[in-house]
Amino acid sequence: MQAFTRHSGVVIPLNRRNVDTDAIVPKQYLKKIDKQGFGAHLFDDERYLDPGDVDTPVQERRPNPDFVLNQVPWNQGSILLAQANFGCGSSREHAVWALQDFGIRVVIAPSFGEIFHNNCFNNGVLPVCLSQQDVDELFQLCREHPEQPLTVDLVGSRLQWGEREWPFEVDSARREALIAGLDDIGITLERAEKIQQYEARRRREEPWLF
Amino acid sequence: MTQQTLYDKLWERHVVDTLPGGESLLYIDRHLIHEVSSPQAFAALREKHRPVWRPGANMAVPDHAVPTRNRELGVPGIRDALARQQVRRLEDNCRDQRIPLIDLTDQRQGIVHVVGPEQGLTLPGVTLVCGDSHTSTHGALATLAMGIGTSEVAHVLATQTLRARKLKTLRVRFDGELDEGVTAKDLVLAMIGRLGTAGATGFAIEYAGDVVRRLSIEARMTLCNMSIEAGARAGLVAYDAVTEDYVRGRPGAPRDEQWTRAVDHWRHLVSDPEARFDREEVFDATILEPQVTWGTSPEMVVPVSGRVPDPAAALDEQDRANLARALDYMGLEPGQALEGLPIDRVFIGSCTNARIEDLRQVATLVRGRRLSPRLKQAIIVPGSGLVRLQAEREGLADIFECAGFEWRAAGCSMCLGMNDDRLAPGERCAATSNRNFEGRQGKGGRTHLMSPPMAAAAALTGVITDVRGL
Ligand code: SF4
Repeated sequence: MQAFTRHSGVVIPLNRRNVDTDAIVPKQYLKKIDKQGFGAHLFDDERYLDPGDVDTPVQERRPNPDFVLNQVPWNQGSILLAQANFGCGSSREHAVWALQDFGIRVVIAPSFGEIFHNNCFNNGVLPVCLSQQDVDELFQLCREHPEQPLTVDLVGSRLQWGEREWPFEVDSARREALIAGLDDIGITLERAEKIQQYEARRRREEPWLF
Repeated sequence: MTQQTLYDKLWERHVVDTLPGGESLLYIDRHLIHEVSSPQAFAALREKHRPVWRPGANMAVPDHAVPTRNRELGVPGIRDALARQQVRRLEDNCRDQRIPLIDLTDQRQGIVHVVGPEQGLTLPGVTLVCGDSHTSTHGALATLAMGIGTSEVAHVLATQTLRARKLKTLRVRFDGELDEGVTAKDLVLAMIGRLGTAGATGFAIEYAGDVVRRLSIEARMTLCNMSIEAGARAGLVAYDAVTEDYVRGRPGAPRDEQWTRAVDHWRHLVSDPEARFDREEVFDATILEPQVTWGTSPEMVVPVSGRVPDPAAALDEQDRANLARALDYMGLEPGQALEGLPIDRVFIGSCTNARIEDLRQVATLVRGRRLSPRLKQAIIVPGSGLVRLQAEREGLADIFECAGFEWRAAGCSMCLGMNDDRLAPGERCAATSNRNFEGRQGKGGRTHLMSPPMAAAAALTGVITDVRGL
C-alpha cells in the first residue's frame, strides 16, 4: 500500500451529499480485471456529454464543461471535498482506484459510506471526517480562493490552509498503517498460529463447518 | 451472565485476536466470490506468492456481468469480450486455487446472495463475507454477513480473517400485522425512508417483532438485503423454527447426528431477553401502505398514495438542491402524485426479490391477464437456475410468458445493467431491485423501486398502481 504522511493540493468542491459509488465509477468499467486506467472514468456519467464504454477512447468524448472535474484549477486537484455519506452504496473498490488514478489522495466529508471508507485506507487514500460546520467553511474558502492548496498532515492529524487549521481524528490503527504503508495481509499472517489454533477449536466444536 | 444481543454473540464467537489499536481479527467461516470484485484480489495474492488459506471455505459464482439469454452456450456465448474475459478469469483463478465454482452452465448458478442460502453455504451462526455490499442478505439466517472491498477479499482469501471493529447495534421492531399486498420490501423501504441512507451507518440492524417472526426466510432476506441502503453493514434475524425448516436438507447443511448437534448450538442464536441495543426503532406495520421510491436514493420513498415532495418546503439549502436535482433527473414535478405515472419497462429480479416466493406473488396477480401494451419491455430474471427450474415446474413461467413477460436466465441483469439489460436515457422502470441511483440501470434511466406485487400491478396497467385496488 502507498504510504501517506503529508499532502498538499488543490481542493475540488463537490457540494453534494450521498454521492454513491455507482456515480464515482459506473458499472460498464467494472468489467476490467486490473486496477489501471480508472481515473479517466472517475464520475464518468457526469464528466462526459457522450456516453462511453471501456472501449470508447475518452478523447473522442466531449467533456461536460459544467462539471467540476473539467474546470481549471480543479482538473488538477488532488483533494476532494464533498458532503455527507460520500461513497455510499456498492462496495466496488474500483471507486477508490478511480479517485487514486485521477490523482486524488484525500477525500474530506462529514461522513462516509462504511465499505468505501475501509477501501480508501486499504489503498492509501485518506478519508477525513470533519464536522458539517468545518466542511461548509472549507467549501466557502475554496470557492473564494480556488487555487490555494490545502495541506493535509496525517502525522500531526490536522489540515492547514494559510493561517487556518483544523484538527481531525483518524482511527489509530488505520493511521499507523497508512503512515508506514503497511501490508495488512503480511501483518495478519504473523498471527497465523493463532488463526490455526482458533480453527482447530472451531473444528472440534462445530465440525459441520469444515 | 451478561445479556447479549445476537450480534454480540456472533461477534464474540469469531474473534481470533485483538489487534493493537483496537481492531479485531475476525474469523470468516464462509467467503463467497463473484467475477467483478475478485480478479484484482487474486492478482494481489499471486504477486506476493500467497496461497489461499482454506480453499474449501470459499465458493465462487459468476452473476454480475452474465447475459440472461442464450445461456446454453456457456462462457463462449457471452458476446461482450470483456465480460467474457472476466468470467474466464474467475474460472481460471478458482481452478488454480482449488476453489469450488458454480459455473455458467451449472443449474445452480445465480446471484451469489440467492445461491449461498439455497445451497446451505449460509448457515446459522457463521460469519460470511463477499465482495458485494448486499451480503447483508444472508443475515436472515442468523448469520453475521457483511460486504467487503476487493483488498479485503484478498485478505480473507489469504488469511481466512477480516480486520474489523465491532459495530453498534440497532433493533428495528415491526409490530402489528401486514395488510394484504404489503410485503417485506415495503417494510424495509419505509424503514429506509425514516432512517435515511446513512441513518444506520456504523450499526448492525436486528429485525424483530411479531411481523418478522411471521415472515418466511425469503422475506427476511429481502429485509436484511436492503440494510445497506440505510448504511448498515449487516442485517440480522434471530434463529427460530422457520430458520431450522429452511436450512434442513440443504446440500451444505449438516446431516444426521451432526444436524442434531448443530440445531442444539443454533438455538442460542437469539438476543437475550434483557440484552441492550445501542438504539431501537419501532414501526407499526398495520398502517403501512405499499411503498414506491420517487427519486435517486432509496430514502426518497413515499407510500403509493403519496406525492413527490416539493423542494420549496425543504429545511435547508442543501436539501433543496438535493431534492431539485433528483426531481429533475426523474422527470417529475414537485407535488406530483405517483399513482398513475406511466412506465416504460418492468424489471422483476435482483438479490432483493427474485426468489421463488417473489415469483409466486407475481404469478398470482398476472395469471390469465395481459401486460399493458404501453410497455416497451417487461422481464423476469430469476435469482438462480434452481429458482428458474422450480418456477417452470410450478407452471409460473408459462403464466409469465402468456402475460407478455420475457422469462430469462439467472443473474444480476438489469439491477445494475452490466450485461445487455439496461434502460435507455429517460426511460422509466418499475423495478424490484434495491438501488435507484442516477444511471444505476443505465445512463439516464429512471428507477422506481417497489415490491414484486407492485411491479406486477405496474406491468398490468402500464402505470404506477396500488396493487391493493387491482
Ligand atoms: S442483484 Fe443487484 S444488488 Fe444484488 S448482487 Fe447483483 S448487482 Fe448487486
